[in-house]
Amino acid sequence: MGIGDLREMASIVIEIDNLVYAYPDGRQALKGVSLTVQEGEKVAITGPNGAGKSTLFLHLNGILNGDGMVRVMGMEVMDGHLGAIRARVGLVFQDPDDQLFSPTVFEDVAFGPLHTGLPEGEVRRRVRWALAQVSMEGFEERMPHHLSLGERKRIAIATVLSMDPAILVLDEPTSGLDPRSRRSLIQLLRELPQTMLVASHDMRLVRDLCPRTVILDEGRIVADGQTDRLLTDAELLERHGLERP
Amino acid sequence: MKHAFLDQYSYRDSLVHRLDPRVKLVATLAFILAVTATPPTAWPAFSVLLIMVLGIIWAAHLSLMVGLRRSLIVIPFTVVVALSIPFTTAGEPLFRAHLFSWPLTITDQGLLLFWAIVLRAWLSVLAAGLLTATTHFVELLRAMKSLGVPKAMVSVISFMYRYIFVLVDEAMRLAVARDSRSADPDGQGGGTLLWRAQVLGGMIGTLFLRSYERSERIYAAMLSRGFAGEIRTLEDTSLRQKDVLTLAAFLTLLVAVEVVTHIYRLGIGDWGLGI
Repeated sequence: MGIGDLREMASIVIEIDNLVYAYPDGRQALKGVSLTVQEGEKVAITGPNGAGKSTLFLHLNGILNGDGMVRVMGMEVMDGHLGAIRARVGLVFQDPDDQLFSPTVFEDVAFGPLHTGLPEGEVRRRVRWALAQVSMEGFEERMPHHLSLGERKRIAIATVLSMDPAILVLDEPTSGLDPRSRRSLIQLLRELPQTMLVASHDMRLVRDLCPRTVILDEGRIVADGQTDRLLTDAELLERHGLERP
Repeated sequence: MKHAFLDQYSYRDSLVHRLDPRVKLVATLAFILAVTATPPTAWPAFSVLLIMVLGIIWAAHLSLMVGLRRSLIVIPFTVVVALSIPFTTAGEPLFRAHLFSWPLTITDQGLLLFWAIVLRAWLSVLAAGLLTATTHFVELLRAMKSLGVPKAMVSVISFMYRYIFVLVDEAMRLAVARDSRSADPDGQGGGTLLWRAQVLGGMIGTLFLRSYERSERIYAAMLSRGFAGEIRTLEDTSLRQKDVLTLAAFLTLLVAVEVVTHIYRLGIGDWGLGI
């Protein structure tokens, strides 16, 4: 093993090897997925509905446990490491009404830091910082049901930023947004420094945000490469229920 | 945003709105306790209690009419629950009738007790309504937490508050979807009552399933952010002196009303009913 290999090993943040998962009803969601993500990469995971994107994401912090190996920041995703892994992987769900479960924005953004055991002063500092990151300063006392979808999507991202994660995992971050909120959300995601995995059908989001694209179909990775190259392959996109941006 | 009616008053500003929510919660519970402890025929005591609530409603810049109208919602429920009391309490018969061969007798004591129960329920609801109209729900949750209500219970109420809005929206969408497809071109449609009941049943089932699935996603979102079975929250701020004094004054007034009432009743003998 040469020096170059070692350097590459050190910067690998997600390593998935032959991951297989079947739902309790027997339906196969993942049929042997292998994927490696380097630190700082922004990777789009795309594919038709039911391809297994969300299922794959739920394996990254141990909500689901399939057969095969998943390593995050060098730690295998298993019982002893779940606390540490969940502090490093910020998972943002598609529907902000699932992500925002507290009566106020402050309590929601503070939930992660509080449950990782940070002291009060640090929790408050993190909440302010995370809301500033998504340009939602001053929304602390607002209630999620009084916010627009675009605002709720931003707050949902703040709820994981407050945990200072190394990896952001976002499920359909732009779904349901009008063009203006969509553009500003993409701009926000471009500016965040974290390693990012983004599940989406929004091919313009994929083009504008992620240099690398992985196409998942029927629980298998069918393509993995540079976004520029994959998005010009109309035949490949067509075959997997996608379209060019 | 079709659910703004659910907390439209708690954003206003007044002396009552600015009171510490813990003070308001304790005061309301004490008030309800006092209402319950007041003997059925102690009309002066009931009058004082009613004047107290109405005074606070006025001080909170809320509409007396709206408050009274909304509190009346409790009357039908109480009447149904208390309906048997006039017939089953011992006392001087006022009215006799036969339901088929069943003798029914209304007694004076029974009627008084019935009236007292309706009055108590109404006063209690008036006070509880005043509390929710002047205190934001989020503050009420914080008050419960810092007064030692178990965290699990506060969380359940908190989830209920957070998701009642999502549920109301979902239910309204279902109703709109049904109405959109309930065409009636010749004025003969509408279906039988049974059929419509089945449609409604299906909608309720759908709503339940959606909520159940949502609860699983919410739980996953909680786990993802480090939840490990114990809910943690920040500590609350301490009470201001003004709040403590207000609460003390209010409780003193309540105790005074009750003490005077009970002493008076003991002195007269059978002023109350001993209930």
